[in-house]
Amino acid sequence: MCLLLGAALGGAALAQQPATPVNEQQVHEVAAQLRCVVCQNLSVADSPSEMAQQMRAIVRERLAAGERPEQVVQYFVDRYGEWILLSPRGRGFNLLVWLFPAVAVAVGLAIVAVVLRRWTRRRRAAPPAAAVDAGMSERIRRELDGGA
Amino acid sequence: MTRLWRWLIPLSAIPLLALLAYGFRTNPRDIPSPLVGRPAPAFALTTFAGAPLALETHRGRVVVVNFWASWCYPACYEEAPVLERGWRAYRDRGVVVIGVDIQDRREAAEKFIRDFGLTFPNAQDPTGKVSVDYGVYGVPETFFIDRRGRIRAKHVGAVTDEVFRANVERLLAEPEGPPGPA
Repeated sequence: MCLLLGAALGGAALAQQPATPVNEQQVHEVAAQLRCVVCQNLSVADSPSEMAQQMRAIVRERLAAGERPEQVVQYFVDRYGEWILLSPRGRGFNLLVWLFPAVAVAVGLAIVAVVLRRWTRRRRAAPPAAAVDAGMSERIRRELDGGA
Repeated sequence: MTRLWRWLIPLSAIPLLALLAYGFRTNPRDIPSPLVGRPAPAFALTTFAGAPLALETHRGRVVVVNFWASWCYPACYEEAPVLERGWRAYRDRGVVVIGVDIQDRREAAEKFIRDFGLTFPNAQDPTGKVSVDYGVYGVPETFFIDRRGRIRAKHVGAVTDEVFRANVERLLAEPEGPPGPA
């Protein structure tokens, strides 16, 4: 009984623990979404620069304070704009970036389908080779034979 | 059918051309700050001289916050005399210039301050938190904060006398009154 109570109390204490233990994997995941502001095409997770180190420390600290990863990302977006995100969010004008390749592939496939159908239809609709009348072919054969 | 296709192909190029026209007219290096028009993030640092330096204590004054580094050559070297001149010319009219040194070594920064004879308060941002709060992505960057504590302009690159004067005069000309609707 005492043991059970102790276990229950221990569980409660764990649940109440204010500082969330920070998972380095989570820090990396958030940092990988952020553009290193002093580099070219490097994420905060990949850059060795001092600025990126400080930004990683800020990510870790905010996660430790109990913020969700989305909130941490939003903290940076509020200060730097969406420019800080390595992949633009799929909404508003940005949707174009996400949808345009799919639309381009769909339109391309549609054009290929139409062109292919037109080619095959033309071949099928082409007049049969035996359109030469019997008299003419007889004459050709005779001339060929005569010439040989 | 063929007539339709003949029109469809040039027509389909129009949105693409419009997109390119839009894209080529915007400057890819120009990063608009979402902070312009918003309250300036508070900070409390310690100056090189050891005095506390908090933005809050300057509420009611026009504040110029400049982010710099001693390794930022030539832009920071060009603007240091401009900032010192601006500070001396406007301090009596309620303008404060604050220098925030980022990503720097203390000795090098102190030498910079000595070399240029800077007399306005300068502090280091050792954790980079102030720079991130201000969305700083390079040095130099300068923020002009109005009397109500809102960021009104951001200048990227060396500040010139004209830029300093124009921004400060504009903010000084505004009525001091109580904070109105933002």
